[in-house]
Amino acid sequence: MAESTFVYVIYIASQPQAVWNALLDGKFTRQYWDHENVSDWQPGSAWEHRRLDAAGTVDILGEVIEARSPHRLVMSWAQPQDKARKERYSRVTFDIEQVADMVRLTITHDELETGSEMLRKISEGWPRVLSSLKSMLETGRPLQTWAGR
Amino acid sequence: MNDTDAVFKALADPSRRKLLDALNERNGQTLSELCEHLDMTRQAVTQHLGLLESANLVATTWRGREKLHFLNPVPLQEIYDRWIRKFERSRIRAINELKRRLEGTNDG
Repeated sequence: MAESTFVYVIYIASQPQAVWNALLDGKFTRQYWDHENVSDWQPGSAWEHRRLDAAGTVDILGEVIEARSPHRLVMSWAQPQDKARKERYSRVTFDIEQVADMVRLTITHDELETGSEMLRKISEGWPRVLSSLKSMLETGRPLQTWAGR
Repeated sequence: MNDTDAVFKALADPSRRKLLDALNERNGQTLSELCEHLDMTRQAVTQHLGLLESANLVATTWRGREKLHFLNPVPLQEIYDRWIRKFERSRIRAINELKRRLEGTNDG
């Protein structure tokens, strides 16, 4: 299987711990990502990316591979219908570094099946998520990026 | 120079736009791979990549000794969010329609 990698970088006027919390804490992710990320964030634990509907519909799930607060989070990533198919999982790594008075957040999404629907979705999704995250952390207001979706 | 200036300056050069297109076509290329398909010296490509990286339009990672270059569209998304979204899509459509009629072309 041919695999693809995407790397996204954004600079945010914030602190590493604030960026870390914004990625993991459902009460933040619901503001800028339109979903709650739910887990105890221990290596080996499951994590879920849930919609804000009453049922908390799971759109993405996976396992926490590495969690080193506030600098590095690695997790696997799959659609719920592929839960039992390990070959369909991709991998997401968040690297959070202080650079001068900014935080450099790097997202590496790899082990993606080339040409897959997931690849198309994430390459549209990550830039919007990151731009909205930056807006929330810097101005207190996320972007209405998911409106009318 | 602020971040937005750096992005617009980086995009103002056709060779740099060509490099971004090459990465959009195939992400994660080395310098040598990028040089293969472009009619530029290795030195020119290196300089353009440096400018794109400092504008954060290109992100790099290392795989062993190889430096891989990735298209980073995040600053373009920020420009979209900051400058384009507020004009509303319907108005952009109306303007594009007007442009097409005035210019008598179909390609917008």
